[in-house]
Amino acid sequence: MAAPKGQVPAIMKQAGHAPWLYLAPALLIMLFFVVYPTVNTIYLSFLDTEGEQSAAITCQEGQPCWGPFENYRHALTDETMLLAFRNNLLWIILMVSGTTALGLIIAVLVDRVKYEPLAKAVIFLPMAISFVGASVIWNYVYDYQAQGNQIGLLNAIVTALGLGPVPWTTTGPWINNVALIIVGVWMWTGFCMTILSAALKSVPEELLEAARIDGATEWMVFWKILVPIIAPTITVVLTTMTVNVLKIFDIVYVMGKGQPGTQVIATRMYIEQFNKSNSGLSSAIAIILILAVLPIGYINIQRFREQEAMR
Amino acid sequence: MSDRIKFILGKIPLHVVIILLCLVWITPTVGLLVASFRPRQDVVQSGWWVAFAPRKVAGQDVYEKYLAPYYGPDGKAVEGVDLSDPELIGQFRRSIELTAFLREQMEEGKIQLEEMPDPQEMADLLTYLRQLSGAGSAASRPRFTINNYVDAVVGYSGRANYIESCVEGDPAEDDACLGTGLTSERGMATAFLNSLWVAIPATILPILFASLAAYAFSWLDFKGRQWLFVILVALQIVPLQMTLIPIYRIYAKAGLTGTFLGVWLFHTGFGLPYAIYLIRNFLGGLPKDLFESAYLDGASHWTAFYRLAIPLSVPALASLAIFQFLWVWNDLLVALVFLGGQTPVLTWQINSLVGRFTGMHLQTAAAFVSIILPMLVFFAMQRFFVRGLLAGAVKG
Repeated sequence: MAAPKGQVPAIMKQAGHAPWLYLAPALLIMLFFVVYPTVNTIYLSFLDTEGEQSAAITCQEGQPCWGPFENYRHALTDETMLLAFRNNLLWIILMVSGTTALGLIIAVLVDRVKYEPLAKAVIFLPMAISFVGASVIWNYVYDYQAQGNQIGLLNAIVTALGLGPVPWTTTGPWINNVALIIVGVWMWTGFCMTILSAALKSVPEELLEAARIDGATEWMVFWKILVPIIAPTITVVLTTMTVNVLKIFDIVYVMGKGQPGTQVIATRMYIEQFNKSNSGLSSAIAIILILAVLPIGYINIQRFREQEAMR
Repeated sequence: MSDRIKFILGKIPLHVVIILLCLVWITPTVGLLVASFRPRQDVVQSGWWVAFAPRKVAGQDVYEKYLAPYYGPDGKAVEGVDLSDPELIGQFRRSIELTAFLREQMEEGKIQLEEMPDPQEMADLLTYLRQLSGAGSAASRPRFTINNYVDAVVGYSGRANYIESCVEGDPAEDDACLGTGLTSERGMATAFLNSLWVAIPATILPILFASLAAYAFSWLDFKGRQWLFVILVALQIVPLQMTLIPIYRIYAKAGLTGTFLGVWLFHTGFGLPYAIYLIRNFLGGLPKDLFESAYLDGASHWTAFYRLAIPLSVPALASLAIFQFLWVWNDLLVALVFLGGQTPVLTWQINSLVGRFTGMHLQTAAAFVSIILPMLVFFAMQRFFVRGLLAGAVKG
């Protein structure tokens, strides 16, 4: 089990009811706001749009029908949902690898210069900005004018190179998604950099020096020594980012307004519930989302137990 | 010595790469910041970088080509015709009237043009003459202005700007002045206060409850302690979206939709698993003897908690407070669902501006109004920020 038994001083074992008094407020609030809603969402996912009757009644004649799993049929087979899954997958592939790789590269590079804190602050700054604020910032970078002056930096550069301007956020199926993912990478690279940089600094300098004296190139030092040593931290960053990206909502909601081509799972869920008032389908989408993050929850618990065992 | 030079030269590519990366990272934000201080017409007409370019006066080249040889650089060289006279230039409403005037001048023999300026040149020429004479004010826009900020803060979204239209001018003439002001619910001032009023309790409450629970988890013994904590670790990954629908339904029935209390409680519930996890990791790392001797000295649990545990965990609490505050401050989803437009917070307000093409200049300023506080928090407490992150930031 997690913590070794001897950790709590013997004298505190006579705590009686006291622990529960300390725990009560937090447990009650979490029970109401996290545990109950999760269970309720599972229940709602089998009901109709109003959450009153079985989802089976929404079946239509001549159409395939999964009975009470009808919402799941929609969530897993509707074209808009398939598109959302594809987009979310693209987000995971590009953003998780992008932020981790860039974060690692920057962490390694700035480690060698004196203005490291300044450079890190610049990269990290977007983390403090809201997704909405970032969306405004990047909408302005991506701005597109069919003719005349380009006021968006990107199209100004493109036209200065003699090419035609591109409507970045509305050109499907890839450019629009990639344009949004770049915003995500811009915001979260600082996070990865900070965590990876701390891990790099804990690698003993003598180890690296010894390898260099033995004739190892910087490239070899990086791949053969640094990366294997900080591998556990890289895993943490990868899993954390995957959860973050799976739940991505704000950037897509604000920047991709009204565009079906950029929808992801979380925005589909929001639209089904609050624009289309279909709580059954919306709940089913939420369940699919949590099923997707479940493996990562398991990894987190495993890691937690390992940490506790080492305490 | 040459080794040292070699060393420095060898590092140049490194510096170039780092500086380039930093530039790429900072440019989008700087661009928007510059744009937010430009007059609204400029924001939609030209890119922000133009603000730093030397100003080209429209039509000056046309004037120099055609008229300067006769009227001189100041427009006064021909006797009896003063091109710098606002009354004369003011008569030309359209460039066609200027064309007629120049024809007349040719017939009178005052000037001899081989060819007349084309219509576009004529329009530019008129613009230049208006500026030269001071007959028109359109050309003399300042490079930078704070009007966008004023308009965003008071919620003015008309065709002019708040200061000229509603303060110096007659508010009755501009419909957009109605309902503007520091207390306007369309303004960023109100949204800023709403955001504060959402974020502060939503930061204090979870930390308060979490530190109580974390104390129990680290220094008290009870049945199921380990299992409960494992469940807590698992709860951290529950997506916010998961909980929205049921809570929304309950709030609608209980009349909590659109209330601050509802949002505080929601953020508290959602922030607790991570908060307890973080504080427990910190508290559990404190030396055991400390608490043991406190109990032996007769300290109650409560005394040990608020005299010992709380003061010692201030660094962890500070990291957590920054994270929770920024999380709530920057949140859009919860605000969209539970507060909406009746109690607009900053993120909601900006989201409602995005996509309205008339509001580009307002967006730029509004975005920075919302960014200012997080930036200050970030720079003032970067140390805590990073520490909180390293303690294992899995949130959302």
